[in-house]
Amino acid sequence: MKSPAAYADLFVRRYNPVDRTKGLVWTVIRTVLVLGFCFVILFPLFLRISIAFRSKVDIYDPTVLWIPRHFTLENFKIAMEASNYFTAFLHTVYISSSTTIIQMASCTLAAYAFARLRFKGSGILFILVIFTIVVPPQTIMIPLYLTYRYFDLFGLIQLFTGKKGLNLIDTFWPFIISAGTAMGLKNGLYIYIFRQFFRGIPKEVEEAALVDGAGVLRTFFRIMLPNAVPAIITVLLFSFVWQWNDSYYVSLFLKQVKVLSTSLMDMGVGLKEPDPVYTSMLLNTGVLLTIAPLLVMYLFVQRYFVESVERTGITG
Amino acid sequence: MFKKPMTLKQKNAWYGVLFASPLIFGMIMLFILPLIQSFRYSLSSLDMVEGGFEVNYEGFANYTSLFTDNPDFPRTLVESVVTMVVNVPLIIIFSLFAAVLLNQKFRGRPFARAVFFLPVILASSAIANMDISSFVGGGAIGTGNGEEGSGVLQSFELSEMMLESGLSPVIVDYITGAVDRIYEIISSSGVQILIFLAGLQSISPSLYEASKIEGATGYESFWKITFPMVTPLILTNLVYSITDTFSSNQINLLISETAFQVFDFGLSAAMSWVFFLCVGLILAISVGLISRKVFYYD
Repeated sequence: MKSPAAYADLFVRRYNPVDRTKGLVWTVIRTVLVLGFCFVILFPLFLRISIAFRSKVDIYDPTVLWIPRHFTLENFKIAMEASNYFTAFLHTVYISSSTTIIQMASCTLAAYAFARLRFKGSGILFILVIFTIVVPPQTIMIPLYLTYRYFDLFGLIQLFTGKKGLNLIDTFWPFIISAGTAMGLKNGLYIYIFRQFFRGIPKEVEEAALVDGAGVLRTFFRIMLPNAVPAIITVLLFSFVWQWNDSYYVSLFLKQVKVLSTSLMDMGVGLKEPDPVYTSMLLNTGVLLTIAPLLVMYLFVQRYFVESVERTGITG
Repeated sequence: MFKKPMTLKQKNAWYGVLFASPLIFGMIMLFILPLIQSFRYSLSSLDMVEGGFEVNYEGFANYTSLFTDNPDFPRTLVESVVTMVVNVPLIIIFSLFAAVLLNQKFRGRPFARAVFFLPVILASSAIANMDISSFVGGGAIGTGNGEEGSGVLQSFELSEMMLESGLSPVIVDYITGAVDRIYEIISSSGVQILIFLAGLQSISPSLYEASKIEGATGYESFWKITFPMVTPLILTNLVYSITDTFSSNQINLLISETAFQVFDFGLSAAMSWVFFLCVGLILAISVGLISRKVFYYD
């Protein structure tokens, strides 16, 4: 017979109670934390959705907490009419998708140049790119506005037509031009991400391509871009979403033409609703209408997005 | 005539210039020239005349009036700097914590990740934040009341507890403030979580294995391996958070209003330059402090 101490020793060795309890406690804490944070993130969204379906009667009814008693789509109708939803929606889609694609092209090209095709002064240029992230957009706001208000390519237009520049305010050109020259919304960040990613791809791959007779362009399109798919997905999602939500550049360049974010700002004024609580309820519906397309998109894209994040490998 | 053919390196350099040419063009036209012009405007007053505008040099009049006559600017500037100083450390700590949490294996991890990145999509705009506040202000009578009350109560009890355990009131205020603003912090740390998570993925597992064999606990391996390995990313995130919190606050509203409602372009440009100098100073100080502690593996 073994002594009790030996049994205890065997028990500890086989089941390892201390480590198990530690693991269990940590699992519980982690679950609570994750659920808590998820709740904090999702709660306002659920509240918005719940409020959006409420009718006017339900606002002052304290017994209505989550499920509206008088289910209605009236709010959506009023909010859509007040904000000219469909035209604004179309404008937003045009701007977001065109800038996303164009700045993807210009940013990847520039980033590849910074990562592999070094030229004289590329270091300084890259520092300037980082500088564009740091400089607040307000600093260059007025000159930028005036640049597009009297748009002129180094005086060429004045030379040929005699007019003092073109007025590009209230057209989509400011967005397309900024995206095409990699100076759009947060493009410095995208260049940075791509540069880091391209630098992470082994040089041997490119050398092999060179030995097999591929030129720089071919290497870029056939080797580098397919390898950079995770970074591309991340940046595509970011640039689309940020352009969609942006109200700063949009209100700077578009005074008459309305997109979703600016029409939302004007909605409160246009409603002419005497009850402030109901107004804020309609505004809430408007916010929901603005982000709804993004939410639907995110539902489909999130799987690729979350996976791609793991492989993006952004490092300092 | 023989011309020496270009070496591969030279050829690549020319391709580089070609690839970066849109950027170079945009950099000059949409960044450097506007920056210079903006500085020029800040030293002058702009008058709208027919078919354009006139720039009259005025010296530092705009800057002096900013700090002597203007009632809003100094206050707003100080406020936004204070908010930044309070928020950025919280954002960094929270996002590192969340990234470490999301990096572990547990059931429902894809779902949790999807939820944690949701703020990147929802709350990256100024409008979303604006409307939450306006809604809470207006709609609290009907709906938010119960929630609000319990939130205040909780952090009150928490602060009592911490005060009794002997922490200094400043720290207690900071922590309870953080708890109260948890939504604001979570919603502005989406990108940072993402950057940290990508960094955590790139730490080689063999380091953890070795430390485990040597008998390190999870706590130790966090401070001795994970933390030093992500310090470069802390620097990146610091810069990103500072610029990000500064890109959506009261002072930007003030600058835009001065330009497009009061039509005082010169004053607005001066404001933005003072603001830019503040941002630059804070960035320089914090990067200078942090970068000495940063550990590079290779």
